[in-house]
Amino acid sequence: MNRLNALFNKKKDNLLSIYYTAGYPEVNTTLDIAEALERAGVDFLEIGFPYSDPVADGPTIQHSSEKALENGMTLTLLFEQLKDLRKRITIPILLMGYVNPIVQYGIERFCKQAAEVGVDGIIVPDLPMYEYEAMYSRYFIDNNLSNIFLVTPQTSEERIRKIDELSNSFIYLLSSSSITGGQLQVSVNIEDYYKRIKAMQLKNPAIIGFGISDDKSFKKACEYAAGAIVGSAFVKLLGTEGYLEKIQGFVKSIRF
Amino acid sequence: MKYGVNDKGYYGDFGGAYIPEMLYPNVEELREQYLKIIHDADFIAEFDQLLKDYVGRPSPLYRAKRFSEKYGANIFFKREDLNHTGSHKINNAIGQILLAIRLGKKRIIAETGAGQHGVATATVCALKGIECVVYMGEVDMERQAPNVSRMKMLGAKVVPAKSGSKTLKDATNEALRDWIGNPVDTHYIIGSVVGPYPYPDMVARFQSIISLEAKKQLLEQTGKELPEYVMACVGGGSNAMGMFYHFLNDEKVNLVAVEAAGKGVDSGHSAATTFLGREGVLHGSRTILMQTDDGQVVEPYSISAGLDYPGIGPQHAHLYKINRAQYVSITDDEALQAGLLCSQLEGIIPAIETAHALAYLEKMTFKPDDNVVICLSGRGDKDLDTYIKYFNF
Repeated sequence: MNRLNALFNKKKDNLLSIYYTAGYPEVNTTLDIAEALERAGVDFLEIGFPYSDPVADGPTIQHSSEKALENGMTLTLLFEQLKDLRKRITIPILLMGYVNPIVQYGIERFCKQAAEVGVDGIIVPDLPMYEYEAMYSRYFIDNNLSNIFLVTPQTSEERIRKIDELSNSFIYLLSSSSITGGQLQVSVNIEDYYKRIKAMQLKNPAIIGFGISDDKSFKKACEYAAGAIVGSAFVKLLGTEGYLEKIQGFVKSIRF
Repeated sequence: MKYGVNDKGYYGDFGGAYIPEMLYPNVEELREQYLKIIHDADFIAEFDQLLKDYVGRPSPLYRAKRFSEKYGANIFFKREDLNHTGSHKINNAIGQILLAIRLGKKRIIAETGAGQHGVATATVCALKGIECVVYMGEVDMERQAPNVSRMKMLGAKVVPAKSGSKTLKDATNEALRDWIGNPVDTHYIIGSVVGPYPYPDMVARFQSIISLEAKKQLLEQTGKELPEYVMACVGGGSNAMGMFYHFLNDEKVNLVAVEAAGKGVDSGHSAATTFLGREGVLHGSRTILMQTDDGQVVEPYSISAGLDYPGIGPQHAHLYKINRAQYVSITDDEALQAGLLCSQLEGIIPAIETAHALAYLEKMTFKPDDNVVICLSGRGDKDLDTYIKYFNF
């Protein structure tokens, strides 16, 4: 049982999560942003660690990753910054990033460090199920970290069941098969997909991500899932002047 | 096969399919279907017929007389440069377009570095009347301009990759992003033995025709099926894998893979992956790649766009690690000189990629009876500008 599990036990709907890239737009504001988001009422956070070749990301997060790397962000520095995480932040925290930096850092060391600073879960979009089970899962389990799997409209029912079995906090439901930063797809097919997932009565709640950018798309997503994740739209805000002061207003504009 | 892939997609420690869930259905479909399709009699018949009548195979095995005199051994060129479209890339493109059609795909995407794979893909798409989008690094579009025009003339749309180093790795990223967004109707024709399983194995199989023919031709010409040395250049490694494939189990055959050292292995401007890289994950497979301590991919450099890639295919990483093949490197200058030498001694202007393999002959010592096969992977028409500038013709 980690903070994520506690949250999902307590709150079943309208959960709002925000993604941002650590080290963007400035290298040392990782916890300041987290604090502002918690104060604004966000339920949990995804802190991205940058990678040079983020294939699942659109231009906005690509740009933030490039900038963060230029600013000197590394996993070592991020863990350094997160030392005081639990003195300042109480909501659940996920780290999100690609597998190669983790491989270089060392998976065992990565999971230990994450647990030590008070991280609750990890999202690695390019770490597939087979590799996770065969080589990675024991480190996640030993450190009480939830691994979050992605599901798309093309994921088979059999695979979704297996993902549900391997998950212990939530399932990251993609609004469509796309890279980050797109538009929320609303069509008959997509509604069918959400309904199909709902009807499967999975043990883990679903949170919808990719294409959630405003109150309208957030509200729509919450009709079908326990909540939604805003990424690129928030990263865009971080690219503007005085971003720390704008966070409260941004979150208010999304949450009805 | 001893050096082949296992049922999980691994070559020893390397390979696998490190892909986001969005790509899983596409890659899974391929994994389930590719062996069935390429072993199907109808597929084999069409593939063989196109390789013969359209590509012009078998490509000759030519005993390079003046090269042989110069280096004191029997040097043979496997003439992939004589293929339609000018390189070995067409072998794989033909195989994959036939596969894509059998999978019911309506749209093809590809990445390209030097443009040879892009041209090959545009060609087979024209042949089959299928929409084609090729991603190419902005930097490469400039240095390989003739190939950009060729692709356009063949009806393909060429999209510049503007992220990162604007070369082959970034073109590959863009192609993967396109595929994520078009998961149902699109097939991604990867041009090298890289990418998630089953690509490295599939591409190697389509390119293995090179060594299959070479073995037969050597026997006819020398009375011996096995040469002492087999050599090829390596970027991602598709011509090398095709050239090595049917010699892998013949342990007596020395396999030599030549990487691009750029301005020198220690210059900070290099693409010599096995010298500068460490194990990690790139473009969907666990392999050896050039990266920082923090796991960020390093932007490689080579004058040759086709070798300007920070990784190598997972099977190469395996052959390197277990010492089945020798991985060496050649600088820009050495390659360009070898290109000139080949032009003037043999009347063949090689691609700068290929010239890297030729250049390594200078560093080897042979016995007079040694048979040496070099994959002449492509012709140099696309590189004339670079040669002209370098030699001030």
